[in-house]
Amino acid sequence: MSTSHVLLGLLSAGPQHGYELKRAHDERLPRAKPLAYGQVYATLGRLERDGLVEQSGQDQEGGPERTSYALTDAGRDKLAEWLAAVEPPAQYVASDLFAKVIVSLLASGASAATDYLIAQRAAHTTRLRELTAVKTSGDSSAGDVVAADYAIAHLDADLTWLQTTLLRVADLHREVNA
Amino acid sequence: MNALLTGTGLHRSYGPTPALRGIDIEIGEGEIVAVTGPSGCGKSTLLHCLAGILKVDAGEVRFRDQDIGLWSESARSRLRRTEFGVLFQFGQLVPELTAAENVALPLLLAGSGRREARKSATLWLGRFGVGDLADQLPGRMSGGEQQRCAVARALVTEPKVLFADEPTGALDVLTGEQVLTEIVHVAREQGTSVVLVTHEPKIAAYADREIALRDGVLDPTGLGLGIGS
Repeated sequence: MSTSHVLLGLLSAGPQHGYELKRAHDERLPRAKPLAYGQVYATLGRLERDGLVEQSGQDQEGGPERTSYALTDAGRDKLAEWLAAVEPPAQYVASDLFAKVIVSLLASGASAATDYLIAQRAAHTTRLRELTAVKTSGDSSAGDVVAADYAIAHLDADLTWLQTTLLRVADLHREVNA
Repeated sequence: MNALLTGTGLHRSYGPTPALRGIDIEIGEGEIVAVTGPSGCGKSTLLHCLAGILKVDAGEVRFRDQDIGLWSESARSRLRRTEFGVLFQFGQLVPELTAAENVALPLLLAGSGRREARKSATLWLGRFGVGDLADQLPGRMSGGEQQRCAVARALVTEPKVLFADEPTGALDVLTGEQVLTEIVHVAREQGTSVVLVTHEPKIAAYADREIALRDGVLDPTGLGLGIGS
């Protein structure tokens, strides 16, 4: 995910300083990896260098001095372009799960690959149950539910893949070691 | 957790075809247990045996530590009316009765007064978001609405155990999710145990625990695929 585009999007509501941006990010994208402050300031620095944001003021409410940033016209254009662009659907098959199965067949053999698939399946199932509990808990926000939905759909797809791959381990093993 | 319902050494065949070949299972009070596995693994048969709808060929099903296989048909049927609630993939509402009459039916059969039954029925229909369909016949409702009525009917007697066989199989994703979430809420609030039969990992994830079957026996890999044996 592109942190710089998300920050541009958050700034479209009006100028904000780094601390506010970090908080807005973590609140709006629940269950995403929280942004580190350092990452926010480094990204703002790059965006400023590229003319996509500019400093819009200093504010010092009892605390340390803080710089607010605002979108520039170029930043607004950049954001609109990103929002309209379709992400390439599964351009490359890149998955640690897939790579691990193949390498396991090469390096260790069919039973190691099978053991791994079974263990991974159990871990996925546990996580699926945790995320489903988020949805049934009653005090989850709509953002929490939509975030959980996204992860659940992907875990479910992985689980289908893990189960069918278990059925194909023997064929795959023959092919990899031919 | 105390076991409310147990099956020990359960065997059941259809003619020469075995469906259950020695299943041991325990359902705790207030516990939600998913029974999973591919088509034909015996999961629906297991549900029917635990609910006392089918008799087992060998083994015993105990509810509150009593062997229900020893009970008369009428005693088991009373058990199913009062302590058990049953829910299938297609609601199986009585087509000639309105939603409220369908939901009130188990209460009337259990001896409740008409007015009281109607009141509870309306309450449960409301809980599942179909309160305004109380006087509608099933034929004039969508599949999702019928299934919500069926869930209300299965829970109106406040059973100790709800048996649900692919309860959301005929519903769209969002409706299925709402129905499951509501079942989980009711189960948590009232301490109802739930036996949830499904072949979908996503649905099984609503349960506290999952038991996988393969060819009529428990599958220790939890995969229901016969891997590694």
